[in-house]
Amino acid sequence: MSKLDSKIPEGTLEQKWTKYKSSVALVNPSNKRNLEIIVVGSGLAGASAAASLAELGYKVKVFCYQDSARRAHSIAAQGGINAAKNYQNDGDSVYRLFYDTVKGGDYRAREANVYRLAEVSNNIIDQCVAQGVPLAREYGGMLSNRSFGGTQVQRTFYAAGQTGQQLLLGAYSALQRQIGLGTVDMFTRHEMLDIVKIDDKARGIIARDMVTGKLERHFGHAVLLCTGGYGNVFYLSTNAMGCNATAAWKAHKKGAFFGNPCFTQIHPTCIPVSGDHQSKLTLMSESLRNDGRIWVPKKQGDTRKGNEIPEEERDYYLERRYPAFGNLVPRDVASRAAKERCDEGYGVGASKMAVFLDFKAAIERFGKTQAKKMSIDNPSPQQIKEFGKQVIEEKYGNLFAMYEQITGENPYEVPMRIYPAVHYTMGGLWVDYNLMTTVQGLYCLGEANFSDHGANRLGASALMQGLADGYFVIPYTIGAYLSKEIAVKPIPTTHEAFAATEKEVQERIDKLFAIKGNKSVDHFHKKLGKIMWDKCGMAREEKGLKEAIQEIRALREEFWKDLRVTGKPNEMNPELEKACRVADFLELGELMCMDALNRSESCGGHFRVESQTEEGEAKRNDDKFSYVSVWENKPDNEWELHKEELVFDVVHPSQRSYK
Amino acid sequence: MSNSSPSFLKSSLGKKFIMGFTGLFLISFLVVHVCINACIYFNDSGETFNMAAHFMSHNIIIRVVEVGLFIGIILHIVQALIIIMHNNKARPQKYAVQNQAVSSKWYSRSMGLLGTLLLMFLIVHLANFWVPTKIAVYTGKEQNSFEELKEVFANPIILVVYLLGIVSLFYHLLHGFQSAFQSFGLNHKKYTPFIKSFGFWYSLLICLVFASMPITLYLGLIK
Amino acid sequence: MSHGNMNLTLKIWRQNSGSEPGQLVTYPVKDISPDMSFLEMFDVLNEQLVAKNESPIVFDHDCREGICGMCSMVINGRAHGPKTGITTCQLHMRSFKDGDTIVVEPWRAQAFPVIKDLTVDRSSFERIQAKGGFISVNTGTAQDANCLPIPKDDADASFNAAACIGCGACVATCKNASAMLFVAAKVSQFALLPQGKVEATTRVKNMVAQMDAEGFGSCTNTGACEVECPKGISLENIARMNREYLVANCVS
Repeated sequence: MSKLDSKIPEGTLEQKWTKYKSSVALVNPSNKRNLEIIVVGSGLAGASAAASLAELGYKVKVFCYQDSARRAHSIAAQGGINAAKNYQNDGDSVYRLFYDTVKGGDYRAREANVYRLAEVSNNIIDQCVAQGVPLAREYGGMLSNRSFGGTQVQRTFYAAGQTGQQLLLGAYSALQRQIGLGTVDMFTRHEMLDIVKIDDKARGIIARDMVTGKLERHFGHAVLLCTGGYGNVFYLSTNAMGCNATAAWKAHKKGAFFGNPCFTQIHPTCIPVSGDHQSKLTLMSESLRNDGRIWVPKKQGDTRKGNEIPEEERDYYLERRYPAFGNLVPRDVASRAAKERCDEGYGVGASKMAVFLDFKAAIERFGKTQAKKMSIDNPSPQQIKEFGKQVIEEKYGNLFAMYEQITGENPYEVPMRIYPAVHYTMGGLWVDYNLMTTVQGLYCLGEANFSDHGANRLGASALMQGLADGYFVIPYTIGAYLSKEIAVKPIPTTHEAFAATEKEVQERIDKLFAIKGNKSVDHFHKKLGKIMWDKCGMAREEKGLKEAIQEIRALREEFWKDLRVTGKPNEMNPELEKACRVADFLELGELMCMDALNRSESCGGHFRVESQTEEGEAKRNDDKFSYVSVWENKPDNEWELHKEELVFDVVHPSQRSYK
Repeated sequence: MSNSSPSFLKSSLGKKFIMGFTGLFLISFLVVHVCINACIYFNDSGETFNMAAHFMSHNIIIRVVEVGLFIGIILHIVQALIIIMHNNKARPQKYAVQNQAVSSKWYSRSMGLLGTLLLMFLIVHLANFWVPTKIAVYTGKEQNSFEELKEVFANPIILVVYLLGIVSLFYHLLHGFQSAFQSFGLNHKKYTPFIKSFGFWYSLLICLVFASMPITLYLGLIK
Repeated sequence: MSHGNMNLTLKIWRQNSGSEPGQLVTYPVKDISPDMSFLEMFDVLNEQLVAKNESPIVFDHDCREGICGMCSMVINGRAHGPKTGITTCQLHMRSFKDGDTIVVEPWRAQAFPVIKDLTVDRSSFERIQAKGGFISVNTGTAQDANCLPIPKDDADASFNAAACIGCGACVATCKNASAMLFVAAKVSQFALLPQGKVEATTRVKNMVAQMDAEGFGSCTNTGACEVECPKGISLENIARMNREYLVANCVS
């Protein structure tokens, strides 16, 4: 068990972080100048970490595969960011935010980490406002809050439906400032392809310049992976096309353990797949469930249009199954319920893999209220509809326009069709309290690590975690390691470890080109995605998972026999980029299935068919599974499972119920 | 840090500021010009008009302003040339297909062309009137500007050239007027619609009055 | 594979690298579904090219939901295609007709050199941003967020300017390849907030100087950028920058 030391500080929950901060070893300014840090990824976690570390005086190099740090997929987050400010005077506190997050994560997260997250959440808002992030405000000039799923207080700060964009641009501007000051070297259009380890410590990376195709060696006293999640293992997800697991996976193969790989969040309100050509899925904000009603026809295989199905032939299944929460049940519950209906043959649309999200009742309700406001006594149905539409447009105009753009249907007139889609991965590289992986000097921040969300992430918590890690955690915790490294002179990249790792990378690229098969990368990616979605998606069972593992192994074999990568290695070559990423997904997918197979309980986003209550709800098994599954990679795609037992000193796990 | 930035007038924004400033100065001159032109409508065989013309050519203050006017025109043209050359360099490889009509007005994209037409017109115009006046002033010869006017506009070719020049002026003003305000940073939800419509009516009115003069004289409506 | 019935002729700019000349190459595509996005249609074409062992067309794209600002195509002479208020990735094939010929070119500007095919180098934007597109506040020094009330209208206007995705459509569409709208949006975001006023003078001067140094054209107020901007950034921002710049030069 010595391999897994979570390094949680002593003391009560409330004191841990404060005490840690005042006792952690520091690096003096003159030494900071001589210490180099590599940051891979430039999203919320990466940009904020790079900027903050550079401000402290470290020499920082940042790598991202996009053409600008501002394009990282954090930018797509819509809803908001949580903080325990209690500006609404509604009884919020650090403890409540902590409690909600642990409970929302279905008691599979580390208490100390989550408490620290809740503590620094307030600093994030202060920092962002100081940076000029234009968060939404009230008429009095104070910050505005909205409510979000899984909580009873209003603690979500937002900037219209573009909170992620605004926060990322804030971190990006801090990063650009450091670039301008010469403290950060930025490498855009660079992809990290391996970690360089010297004497069991992470000492650098091998990166590919995506414009010239040249492999580069970069040294760092420490390496930070801020590379986001691996949802693209499913091919179709709400992730950006370029999101990948390569950095994390290469680290995993170099000794960083992987935590809870099977914990995936499936978001219930996405625009459904329209055909084989589909390349990605678009999220429709969860806020739509506040006013929309979700239903399917009562008759199986009903081919009528939504509007033609009379009220009495509709099954508002969420309201039926969960009268207390209705359409507002948590994401995992809503997703599974939609899948259950579609699997039973009640799905709608051409693919039959969708349910309706209907605003007719809301339009009517708002229309009547509006008519009253305007003192119209007997409004005609036409008037009611018109007024109602106006209200809906004010609230959700941009989302409705987006829906119409993608589907060609007018959601004011016909019910929306929605279906769940892969959205976020709670799993990731295992890290200790310092955010260090099991490789010395290798850190992992943001979605890429496993740490704070347990088995299910609450809305508006991803942005919070990314920025907490980058702005307020790593600048302290990295000192604990680097203070011992001050004597280490920068290692020249001519060192044999760099040469050897670069050779490995080169050989792998050469191997991909040498296959000269017949199938494109996308062919394999789509196949992998289908296996994962069908067998390791919203509902998982032993038989399917075992099949999936076999199928993935077979697919991987086929990949290495029949892949075709066009073009040359030494040029801009997106096919090669994709091939490298999919090769890693093909291994990660297997590990996800193994983890899902091992965890024969249901918890959060992980639903094992074998472990459900009589009503078909998720059933946790705390006696057997109150641990983090931590996987160690062994040669030839073998893994050894380690367990980090979860100890709950403060909150007491209970079964979630939304009936 | 601010020392590293080039001087205001050399910057792209500064150049635009000069364009707008000289442009508005020239626009203000047009008011004077059009008022003098309108003197023919007293229909007094050019008596009022000749008086005004004489004042313009002999008053010392006007003569000083005249120098300013030429400086303004030259600055406006030189800056325009610099900006156009700079802008051409900003896109060395052109698009194979361009569809600009949907996003901007043709005349806003054609200020250089309209300006060139205006310059050509201006040369003709100066040769027709300004040069003879100067000669008269320096030789001390008595001049009947109104008679000269009638003489010049009796020629239908000159008439057409003038009308084309005035159309160019109209479109140049239509964009130039409101564009100058934008370059000065004066854009406001409340006032910009007013500036725009003022610019439109101003351009229209000035150009109608300008155009009416050669037409009336050509048709002999005013003797 | 795809279940559509649109047949189209694509004329796409192919250029192997910035140092080599490029040309428009014609590609027929068949059975395109109107439900496909424009970029998914490119995926289909690229799959065909891979099947024929030809090199696929390189184009920038990432989020495919209109927010990252990566995608950048001039389609039939218009930045981000025939519709307004959207990026290329949000454009769907139902905006075209069966039998159409579609010409696709990269952003064209001196300051956006072509890297390959439809991919251009927009690092000039990065350098402008690094000159002043920030508020100099180190992590950890901030006061409580609500200590500084900001009028809602100012905050909203600042947000509207900050909604810029840095795609470069303004430059691509401007007849002068001017970057005014991009730079003005950033200057405005901060100029509208009290936090940003401290550095307002140096910010606008430095960012404009860098914009000029990058070789962007100058603004002639045609207003095309505002029309083609996928996020509807207003020309008011350009006026605000002009004003800020004038004031900055008057006071220092």
